[in-house]
Amino acid sequence: MEQFLQQLTNGLAVGSIYALIALGYTMVYGVLRLINFAHGDLFTYGAYLGMTLLTSLALPDRLGLVAGLLVLAVMVMGLVAVIGAILERAAYRPLRDSPRLSAVVSALGASIFLQNALMLVYGARYQVYPDVLPQSALEVLGLRIPILRIAVLLVSLAMMAALYLFVQKTRVGTAIRAAAIDQDAARLMGIDVNRVVLLVFVIGPALGGAAGLLVGLYYGQISFTMGWVYGMKAFTAAILGGIGNIPGAMVGGLLLGVVEALGAAYLSHSWKDALAFAVLILVLIVRPSGLLGERVAEKV
Amino acid sequence: MGRRLAVAYVAGAALLAASPLVLDAYWLDVLNNVGLYVLLALSLNVILGDAGLFNMGQAAFYAVGAYTAAVLNTRLGVPILWALPVSGLVAALFAALVARPVVHLRGDYLLIVTIGVGEIVRIALVNDPLGLTGGANGIFGIARPSLLGLRIRRPEEFLYLIWGFVAVTVVLFHRLERSRFGRALAYLREDAVAAEGSGVNTARYRLLAFALGAGWAGMAGSLYAAKMTIISPESFSFWESVLVFLMVILGGSGSIPGVILGAALVVVLPEVFRGFASARMLVFGFLMMVMMVVRPQGILPLRAPRFRVPEAPEPGAAETPR
Repeated sequence: MEQFLQQLTNGLAVGSIYALIALGYTMVYGVLRLINFAHGDLFTYGAYLGMTLLTSLALPDRLGLVAGLLVLAVMVMGLVAVIGAILERAAYRPLRDSPRLSAVVSALGASIFLQNALMLVYGARYQVYPDVLPQSALEVLGLRIPILRIAVLLVSLAMMAALYLFVQKTRVGTAIRAAAIDQDAARLMGIDVNRVVLLVFVIGPALGGAAGLLVGLYYGQISFTMGWVYGMKAFTAAILGGIGNIPGAMVGGLLLGVVEALGAAYLSHSWKDALAFAVLILVLIVRPSGLLGERVAEKV
Repeated sequence: MGRRLAVAYVAGAALLAASPLVLDAYWLDVLNNVGLYVLLALSLNVILGDAGLFNMGQAAFYAVGAYTAAVLNTRLGVPILWALPVSGLVAALFAALVARPVVHLRGDYLLIVTIGVGEIVRIALVNDPLGLTGGANGIFGIARPSLLGLRIRRPEEFLYLIWGFVAVTVVLFHRLERSRFGRALAYLREDAVAAEGSGVNTARYRLLAFALGAGWAGMAGSLYAAKMTIISPESFSFWESVLVFLMVILGGSGSIPGVILGAALVVVLPEVFRGFASARMLVFGFLMMVMMVVRPQGILPLRAPRFRVPEAPEPGAAETPR
């Protein structure tokens, strides 16, 4: 039971990170019907930028732990959002009206480019995050849960809630939803679709970058290729929840995290990554619309 | 096949046949790698170029072929060239099995599923499920191939073996292009609904294209195993699939000479620019983005086949009922 609960909470924390990344995939997909293959690498950029800023500025020492990390998170999210916006302008906007394959190849090219640029700057080795967070654990009902794990979960949930409220309650959020339903109709209603697309490419990467920072803080070790595994898993989460659907991405992420953690504990650790891909393939075969989403299969 | 293309093929074949006279062992080995990648790219071209199915898991079928040949050779002592058709068949069967439930998925989803399949195969090879694959170390001690009593060992001998297989492949695939099968694939790639409406069984043709492409990749895999004598899971990573995908797209999806050129460029250019080894993938990614804006159809794109229309009868001459 102890192990089960530990794995469950661990799965929820990891799953909330998947969910944060998945939101980027799902929002871009919702508006552009494009899988942003470079999104996982934006997540990695968040982790690396976080590390660099953490070591060079030492914000937690100057401003106190919580305030320092908050400022750091805002900086990382802002920077990754800028990269996301540049990516949209450079790699995707010129291909808005091209066939699907062109955009897919361009996205892959962007992913390779971003990954190798990072490798040239930081080198191919693992990087270690500085130790800033307390390693203490909280005692809940006889269960020792690391504070970090709880913090990751809470921070992710807070960001997801903020995004949900933003998309549902504000005028800009309404514009995003309108563009996702029908771009042409949205344009007729006076919505600047190009700005909506840009906005989506700012919000998604910002959340992805935050997720990168969280992974760095949580695991303490990052590598320039980690975006690919996390990206694929987050994409699985987005499909699982129903791609294009924002609450779906959250549910899918948490669910995938839990399934993976329990699978690794009770089935086999070395097959853990294969499990996520198996879930992906199963969902696409059995229920391609995901738990709460749209159709993805062709009728022919 | 046009006359100019035929001349180009003959010239290329002559150059390759003469290359052992001028090139050293290192560059002959590069040429052998080009040959293997040409085979892989042509095999993917059936799936991606001809049928229009986004498959980014070609390395999985390559791996299945290579491992089948390696296991047959090291466990049962089957000569590696005898194992070649078997590994093709096993890879084709595997592909048919895997693709059956997913071929109907929309383009980019199929892409994701095939990436997933590729990764599952790689993880499975590392985890050594039946004690057959040797885990992360792979399989070593694969016997050298022999052909008509001749043992193939040196790079120039492999050159003739590999490029001989390439030549057979090119001829066959050009024949395939104009066949009923090839025309059906072209139709369903251009407009699947219209193809279905005209009685083309799209699901069946897609599956056949998958099986054929995968089977060919499997045979290329057994040649790879024969050349290397050691195979391990890291040779069949996701990047391998991406590279092969790029060869097809950059060269000209659906066009056989384009795909050959694509494979040659993707293998040879990094060799030429060895000094910039660390930056070459960066350039690669950048080229992909630029290419999709400037020339998305590839360097040597597929040209629509031309058919001669029979002379129309004179407008005045009414058809005489028989």
